[in-house]
Amino acid sequence: MSDSDTRHVEQLAQQDYKYGFVSDIEQELFSPGLNEDTVRAISAKKGEPEWMLEWRLRAFRHWRTMDEPHWPKAHYPPIDYQSLVYFAAPKSSEDRPKSLDEVDPELLAIYDKLGIPLKEQELLAGVAVDAVLDSVSVATTFREKLAELGIIFCSMSEAIHDHPDLVRRYLGSVVPYTDNFFATLNSAVFSDGSFVYVPKGVRCPMELSTYFRINAANTGQFERTLIVADEGAYVSYLEGCTAPMRDENQLHAAVVELVALDEATIKYSTVQNWYPGDAEGRGGIYNFVTKRGKVHRAAKISWTQVETGSAITWKYPSCILLGDDAVGEFYSVALTSRHQQADTGTKMIHIGRNTRSTIISKGISALSGQNTYRGLVKIARSAENARNFSQCDSMLIGDRCGAHTFPYIDVANPTAIVEHEATTSKIGEDQIFYCQQRGIPVEDAVSMIVNGFCKEVFQELPMEFAVEAQKLLGISLENSVG
Amino acid sequence: MMLEIRDLYAAVEGSEILKGIDLAVDAGEVHAIMGPNGSGKSTLAQVLAGRELFEVTRGEVLFEGESLLDKSPEERAQLGIFLAFQYPVEIPGVQNLYFLRTAVNAQRRARGEDELDPASFMRLVREKARLVELDEKLLKRAVNDGFSGGEKKRNEILQMAVFEPKLCILDETDSGLDIDALRTVADGVNALRSPERAMIVVTHYQRLLDYIEPDRVHVLSGGRIVRSGGKELARELEKTGYGWIENRTAGAGS
Repeated sequence: MSDSDTRHVEQLAQQDYKYGFVSDIEQELFSPGLNEDTVRAISAKKGEPEWMLEWRLRAFRHWRTMDEPHWPKAHYPPIDYQSLVYFAAPKSSEDRPKSLDEVDPELLAIYDKLGIPLKEQELLAGVAVDAVLDSVSVATTFREKLAELGIIFCSMSEAIHDHPDLVRRYLGSVVPYTDNFFATLNSAVFSDGSFVYVPKGVRCPMELSTYFRINAANTGQFERTLIVADEGAYVSYLEGCTAPMRDENQLHAAVVELVALDEATIKYSTVQNWYPGDAEGRGGIYNFVTKRGKVHRAAKISWTQVETGSAITWKYPSCILLGDDAVGEFYSVALTSRHQQADTGTKMIHIGRNTRSTIISKGISALSGQNTYRGLVKIARSAENARNFSQCDSMLIGDRCGAHTFPYIDVANPTAIVEHEATTSKIGEDQIFYCQQRGIPVEDAVSMIVNGFCKEVFQELPMEFAVEAQKLLGISLENSVG
Repeated sequence: MMLEIRDLYAAVEGSEILKGIDLAVDAGEVHAIMGPNGSGKSTLAQVLAGRELFEVTRGEVLFEGESLLDKSPEERAQLGIFLAFQYPVEIPGVQNLYFLRTAVNAQRRARGEDELDPASFMRLVREKARLVELDEKLLKRAVNDGFSGGEKKRNEILQMAVFEPKLCILDETDSGLDIDALRTVADGVNALRSPERAMIVVTHYQRLLDYIEPDRVHVLSGGRIVRSGGKELARELEKTGYGWIENRTAGAGS
């Protein structure tokens, strides 16, 4: 690629973050710091029952014995956990709104800026939205419709109050509070998140969706989501997020647990566009997330993620294929530009017989972005006739970025068939010139080529999300490809 | 005059390839550029299309009286300059139809015209696909991805037919084609000949010129046009080969 083309492409990678604004809603902030009193205060603030507080405290005590892990291929200055604020909720959460009319108009205005006016979504898209601003859910729609089918879709805080049996049964059943440093921290201080339960044999008639947003300076965001699909149930859940421009790094350590009981299907899609930091690599979100699902007999969990934001992304949405004939899927697009670093992939743990898993990972690196695929395919002794297919493709834009692949394969049963394919390509000067010669400007050409590269993943996304994801890639590469 | 090239010099990575090209092409004319390997034929085609790999060090190029050299490749395309590539590029995951439509509409927007609606676009593409005998299945596949050599060249001519450019530059369109494919491609090209359109056909062999009859033939050697003539020059070249040029150049150097 000639110098001038590299420059072109790099200009596109430098587009300013379009959603970088800060809203000035009054925040109720805890003072910084983390000790048992903080944990008690969070729990008290939310009026939680004793068992929940006990669980949090067990997690916190365990967390104090743990060390922050540093094995990911990412570099960042040490995090001072005592300087973070562990709870922030909009003031208006004291008396929760009963309908959108009661929602703080300023909150609604933020969603407007983000292009997700709830009202329109309610009317047009048929999507039930549990919108999370910082830590507390402020609006839930379509809930009544879902309730008719016995589907529970609410915030985690509500679920703790209203459905304690379900929460106690499944919370921590996939990601125990001892799991890893960040999941354990989350277990101690989680603020809120979504809870979904779909009863036996019920097919959830709409895509469930949550928009997350980090809005307070120096506030760790600790979302906790739990989705349970009972036998034969089906649910598709969408998670999407953007965050305002901020100078300090913000820690985001979420936990998502999925439980697919016998013959159930859970489809979990993410579009992640948090603030990636500025052109010099200052600021940006640290996205250290634990996502995992348990897949019972003949059930299926499918993870699809489009990761374009955050300064550092560290996540491995995984499947434990427990039951016979269980299916796990992972489709991922990760784009790193500027000084972003992503270390992402999946774990497919085959335990049941005839379990199958598919991994399609597309990594795109531009400017000084570093992109790592890290994945584990583990076939246990018990997993007769297990099958895995993995495909990891990397695309490089410019000559300062990097792509790395660490596939771990661990097979303990000789009947297993495990396939791994990997390619690395550079976006070609010849491809860009070819498009230009047909009258297509460079920026559009790069967006088109990159979207083509990611097609196998995008086609797994629900329609409206796929459109959003393609736009996002365009935006992320704009000015990052000029 | 549609295209005027004056004293054009171009280099790649510091080494000069074009060393003073003069050429004028008018609407309605078909010019063939012939010459041995390494004479600068493909470089000339790419320089006209604006490939930045090549640095123009001297001279000028006018298209309909306007200077081309400070224009980007997409601006040149939008003005109506089309290059049929010697090696058409594969773009995995991007559907051929989608690519065509994006390109057509980008060109139309740049010219201040309305975008084509999907139905009119499909009619246009179907009609042109028949013209170049391109299997419609290829329209649904990714751009040139897994196409045979002949399919790729036909796809180039399809694009040319859809865009209806003013100036068509065909860079070794005959390379890698068997005789049947060559005839189909040539038929497509001939169907696009018109009094408003000019064509520059770059080729190593006379063979293509049996099907696409040129008005003028130019022989390129060492980055210069060393001879120009009518279509009979191509026939002469077929008999004599390019040896005489090398002798001549060697003679000139001694």
